[in-house]
Amino acid sequence: MLSTPAKAILRSSTASVLPKTATRSIATTTSAATNGQQQKRSMATVQDAPPVQHKRGLQDQDRIFQNLYGQHGADLKTAQKYGDWYKTKEIIEKGHDWLISEIKASGLRGRGGAGFPSGMKWSFMNFKDWDKDTKPRYLVVNADEGEPGTCKDREIMRKDPHKLIEGCLVAGRAMNCTAAYIYIRGEFYHEATVLQRAIQEAYQAGLIGKNACGSGYDFDVYLHRGMGAYVCGEETSLIESLEGKPGKPRLKPPFPAAVGLFGCPSTVANVETIAVAPTIIRRGANWFNSFGRERNAGTKLFCISGHVNNPCTVEEEMSIPLRELIDKHAGGVIGGWDNLKAVIPGGSSTPILPKNVCDDQLMDFDALKDSQSGLGTAAVIVMDQSTDVVRAIARLSKFYHHESCGQCTPCREGSKWVEQIMQRFEKGTARAREIDMMQELTKQVEGHTICALGEAFAWPVQGLIRHFRPELEARIAENTQKSGGEALAGGWAHDSQKRGMLISPGQ
Amino acid sequence: MASKLAPWALRNAARAVRSPARFQQRSFQVSAAVRSDNLNVHRDTPENNASIPFKFNAQNEKLIQEVLSRYPSQYKKAAVMPLLDLGQRQHGFTSISVMNEVARILEMPPMRVYEVATFYTMYNRNPVGKFHVQCCTTTPCQLRGSDGIMKAIEEQLGIHHGQTTDDKLFTLTEVECLGACANAPMVQINDDFYEDLTPETTKSLLSALKDAAQKTGAGGMAPGLVGTQEDVEAREVDGKKLKLGGPGYAAKGAAIPAPGPLSKRESCEPMTGLTSLTGPKWTAESTLRKDGQL
Repeated sequence: MLSTPAKAILRSSTASVLPKTATRSIATTTSAATNGQQQKRSMATVQDAPPVQHKRGLQDQDRIFQNLYGQHGADLKTAQKYGDWYKTKEIIEKGHDWLISEIKASGLRGRGGAGFPSGMKWSFMNFKDWDKDTKPRYLVVNADEGEPGTCKDREIMRKDPHKLIEGCLVAGRAMNCTAAYIYIRGEFYHEATVLQRAIQEAYQAGLIGKNACGSGYDFDVYLHRGMGAYVCGEETSLIESLEGKPGKPRLKPPFPAAVGLFGCPSTVANVETIAVAPTIIRRGANWFNSFGRERNAGTKLFCISGHVNNPCTVEEEMSIPLRELIDKHAGGVIGGWDNLKAVIPGGSSTPILPKNVCDDQLMDFDALKDSQSGLGTAAVIVMDQSTDVVRAIARLSKFYHHESCGQCTPCREGSKWVEQIMQRFEKGTARAREIDMMQELTKQVEGHTICALGEAFAWPVQGLIRHFRPELEARIAENTQKSGGEALAGGWAHDSQKRGMLISPGQ
Repeated sequence: MASKLAPWALRNAARAVRSPARFQQRSFQVSAAVRSDNLNVHRDTPENNASIPFKFNAQNEKLIQEVLSRYPSQYKKAAVMPLLDLGQRQHGFTSISVMNEVARILEMPPMRVYEVATFYTMYNRNPVGKFHVQCCTTTPCQLRGSDGIMKAIEEQLGIHHGQTTDDKLFTLTEVECLGACANAPMVQINDDFYEDLTPETTKSLLSALKDAAQKTGAGGMAPGLVGTQEDVEAREVDGKKLKLGGPGYAAKGAAIPAPGPLSKRESCEPMTGLTSLTGPKWTAESTLRKDGQL
């Protein structure tokens, strides 16, 4: 049980009156203190500076994935017609320093969820004396797209496979890799077929393999199918899985850039990150950097699912307002914007946002972090007023319980507890104190596991408590009223003991 | 003596009277607790035990050589997942004999293979029906009505999660997110994604599958309907490149809808018309960087 002051802090955080830190309070003392409105979290991010707005409204000419809707074929000839494999030889001959500096200048951040600057990540592979090392070096492409809500890599692989393969070559050259492994999730059987055929086409045309594109650089691309484990989307467990073991994450350090796949230096990168690289190089870093806000550059594939009129996947610029994204491309929320209840902005592991936050939310890494959520994989899950939001999050808890690999105790046990408590919340048979207990439990899990799955199941629940605590409490109150008393711990009816059930003592 | 006996008798008499008066009810747990989709240990059954021989056929032997060439020669065991998958496709499910054979080929301890086969959910370690219906019920699908889809399947087939129909044609599994959330709700039947479902289209899809299986005389327990290479090539030529089933499977007058969205959508575009990518396409020449670096 929490002590009273700690409880008071938790309560107050749910009412969004976070204690201010010094930097922020200097800037906005008056407004924040007086209006008592939803306060933005005070972090040293671009929100503190006046936002740099670039030209708005992405044109078709600037969309990288031209074949997102499959208007033309996925074969090599068509891909070349629409811009792939053009001057690849010249790109490769530019050398790794130039390639990495271009990617750094473009401001590309990893598209797999964490948003780490790609140029910096790639540069870790070219550590001191790397060329004296005789070991092979690998690029591993993470195509194990399992995050609920996310369906962007699938579209790239089945419609623009050559963008990915060319990206492997370009990124592989920047990291001086000898081969790339594409780890695709097992359920994507047809996508793997398309990709494999594209790889064969590229080999036959001499674009990859020995003397790739005639540049004298040898580079192989292999495809490896996963077999249905969400946790294999984590980089070290993906490496474990590729080595033919159960996909249980490894401790870091050593980081994969030092000891990775088959004990060799490797880097794991998302499909979208790799697939946009050649286009960035060809069109220039400044072109890519001209979209989105500072430090959140570029274009991004957004997957809009849930309660919208037209769920779809669409390429848009970063930092597009959430409302504009939904209204412009997804035909609006079902029943209009006022019918919106909540949005999960970046795939299942990012905290949920209620409507009042969504009203003027920008979709980029920093703005969503300031709203105590995250961009993740930019999978927007929209929920309208008819949604049982507790059930929606409870289902996610079930997902994480199912997918926990069972290696770290906090995650293995915690995910099960969270699922059980969430099911009680859903039915209203929880006790009111379990809300705080849950908050404490999730805080104990995050940061204490090897991989991010601990955070992934903790955050949605924290988001739910932060924004929908009244709903949880109302549901418990409703059940109390209906059944004549608050349920006992563990979901037992209040009169179980009277009815002679053997429940644990001390109730 | 009496001074000791009397209090003892009194105490026990009171207890003896009290205990039968209290009615106790305790429910038995009659079925095994489901801690995961499948039992993690192997139990010998007539169709799955180590004495049943298993050999890869000639075609798969060739594929195995190709798969092995993808990995460094000292890391043969990296091929365990593709090989188990091949074995499952040949045998219908990943039986203990398949695992042992893979262990033999890759020269690794059988236990290491069992570890892999039990960790990943796509290895069916028990026989499944000819059509393995996997219904996604994770939140994005749930919001679009996967409850109704699940109910429709259960009504149509008369089975629940984890069960197989009596004719061994269908196995129903409730699975986690399959990565087609913009096309929710969806089911995966063997390798094919059927998306944008409604309860009605789900029912008609299942009855079409059943119809096809009966007309072609296919029994249960066979490996699923897998498109052949010719199908894939043929699909490339006609206009609908995305619906990877092309015009759908047709055999002996039975037609199965093509995989993909069962609505009027082709793939992940907005239902009511494109909101982007409507203009002329760019080419590499027209957009090449102007600073002369390339």
